[in-house]
Amino acid sequence: MSTIALNTSSAVGRSAAGNAEAPVRIAVRNLNFYYGDFRSLKDINLDFYDRQVTALIGPSGCGKSTLLRTFNRIYSLYPEQRADGEILLDGQNVLSPSIDVNELRARVGMVFQKPTPFPMSIYDNIAFGIKLYEKLPKSELDGRVEEALRKAALWDEAKDKLRQSGMSLSGGQQQRLCIARTIAQKPEVILLDEPTSALDPISTGKIEELIEQLRSEFTIVIVTHNMQQAARISQFTAFMYLGELVEFGPTNKMFMNPAKKQTQDYITGRFG
Amino acid sequence: MVALSQERLVSSTDASVRRSSSPSFDGLFRIASLASALLVLIVLLGIIGSMIYGGWPAFSEFGLGFITSSVWNVNEDQYGAWVAIVGTLTTALIALVIGVPLSLGIAVFLTQLCPPWLKRPVATTIELLAAVPSIIYGMWGLFVFAPLFANYVQIPVSNIVEGMPIIGTILYARTPSGVGILTAGIILAIMIIPFIASIARDILDQIPPVLRESAYGIGCTTWEVVRNVLLPQAGVSIIGAVMLGLGRALGETMAVTFVVGNANRLSGSLFDPGSTIASRIANEFNEAIGLQLNALMALGCILFLVTFTVLVLARILVSRVKVG
Repeated sequence: MSTIALNTSSAVGRSAAGNAEAPVRIAVRNLNFYYGDFRSLKDINLDFYDRQVTALIGPSGCGKSTLLRTFNRIYSLYPEQRADGEILLDGQNVLSPSIDVNELRARVGMVFQKPTPFPMSIYDNIAFGIKLYEKLPKSELDGRVEEALRKAALWDEAKDKLRQSGMSLSGGQQQRLCIARTIAQKPEVILLDEPTSALDPISTGKIEELIEQLRSEFTIVIVTHNMQQAARISQFTAFMYLGELVEFGPTNKMFMNPAKKQTQDYITGRFG
Repeated sequence: MVALSQERLVSSTDASVRRSSSPSFDGLFRIASLASALLVLIVLLGIIGSMIYGGWPAFSEFGLGFITSSVWNVNEDQYGAWVAIVGTLTTALIALVIGVPLSLGIAVFLTQLCPPWLKRPVATTIELLAAVPSIIYGMWGLFVFAPLFANYVQIPVSNIVEGMPIIGTILYARTPSGVGILTAGIILAIMIIPFIASIARDILDQIPPVLRESAYGIGCTTWEVVRNVLLPQAGVSIIGAVMLGLGRALGETMAVTFVVGNANRLSGSLFDPGSTIASRIANEFNEAIGLQLNALMALGCILFLVTFTVLVLARILVSRVKVG
């Protein structure tokens, strides 16, 4: 237990301090979420800052993934799930029925727990998403694909086999392909739902470096079970428990000196 | 674990009681189950053998001409299978052209769009469609569908297309009776829809939900998700499902015999009556003797070969379901 505490605190030393001066990109106001009759998020109020990484942590079933899934309304694929309250993205309520969800999802990209390459070539995996919303000449499209692959640190490994199936890549490469696919659309926000939980440590390290670099351009929200990961890559951390937000603050403060005992217990491994 | 060791204990204590009968019974049981399995193989080989044996005189009499000739004249003992082969392939093709898009539509609706309360009723209805005996489809096709088809499709369409090049031949009914190649194809389409739809639904259900979510997640519409991600992901196994339907369409006898018109001549029009291998056999088998009987057997051989090939291909493709 002491080693965990030691690791996290040393990790915190490396990550950039949270910048609360940054403008608020997403403001969550009185958000409630229901699976059928079960209320799984309870009056969440939370701000996400522009071009900062915010980690959502908490034990399984605490609602952190559910919260993430409200930002691009991916939950609305399932008729029994619904949300009320407000999620203001640049002041616009994404839960409002008048929002075009497809356009919203191009603005708020999402990367999932398992790599999900589409059944097409590496090139098309990325070009497909761009072509949904932009009509570009071939040369410009090529440039965008290359740019996305470079940003996702996959260009050197993939440049000679762009025409091969996305499935031919390794798990870690597939996950970077999914990240490339997401950033190719130039979203404002990137949602990462436990993006490294299915990957080996080396691939995990690469993805973490990548997230650190992407922070200069995108607002990032990451759900993670790995406390060290949250400490290493995020500037802000929100701790959730049983559908409620327990504590939110700059990551270094959350890990070094949490305000609530529950948070303290969780990050030191005493429960969860 | 505890239960297991207890059981072992029990069997060792009263082994003397049970062992006396057990080995011989077990041997008998093995032989019986082996025999059941072998029986199927023997029956299959027997059928193939007797078909080839029965059809051989026709094959040796007409040679390759048996397949390419379109003459089927019982009085002069001249037999050629071409009309029946073309009829079989055309009706099956029509069935696929109509049935496959509808089946995929059903499968996509059930797996992607259907509200949960509607899922059960629709799925059950589709499965009930598969349970309707083919004779019922035949009767319904002949007595209900064909007259309606003649009045509301064949006559008006023939009037419109008359004199036009190509289409004026394909869709012109000289005698708008309602029965014909197209009618048979439509009835076949209804019959194969439940098969293709339910297999396609299973295949789509096996695709991990997270792939679908990530496709929606980059802003795809439902059509784009289905067209660009789900169907390519299902890939060859969908083709396998289609071929299972094709196998059924090729061999279907009763319903087709009712509505195909049973004409022994080749026609350029889909509205004209024709015949299929199965319908020809069903029609003539009762009174066939001599070379006619051999020719029907030979027809059976051809049908068997075609459906067998299609089914084997379908099995191979469906078993390659490796989604995700």
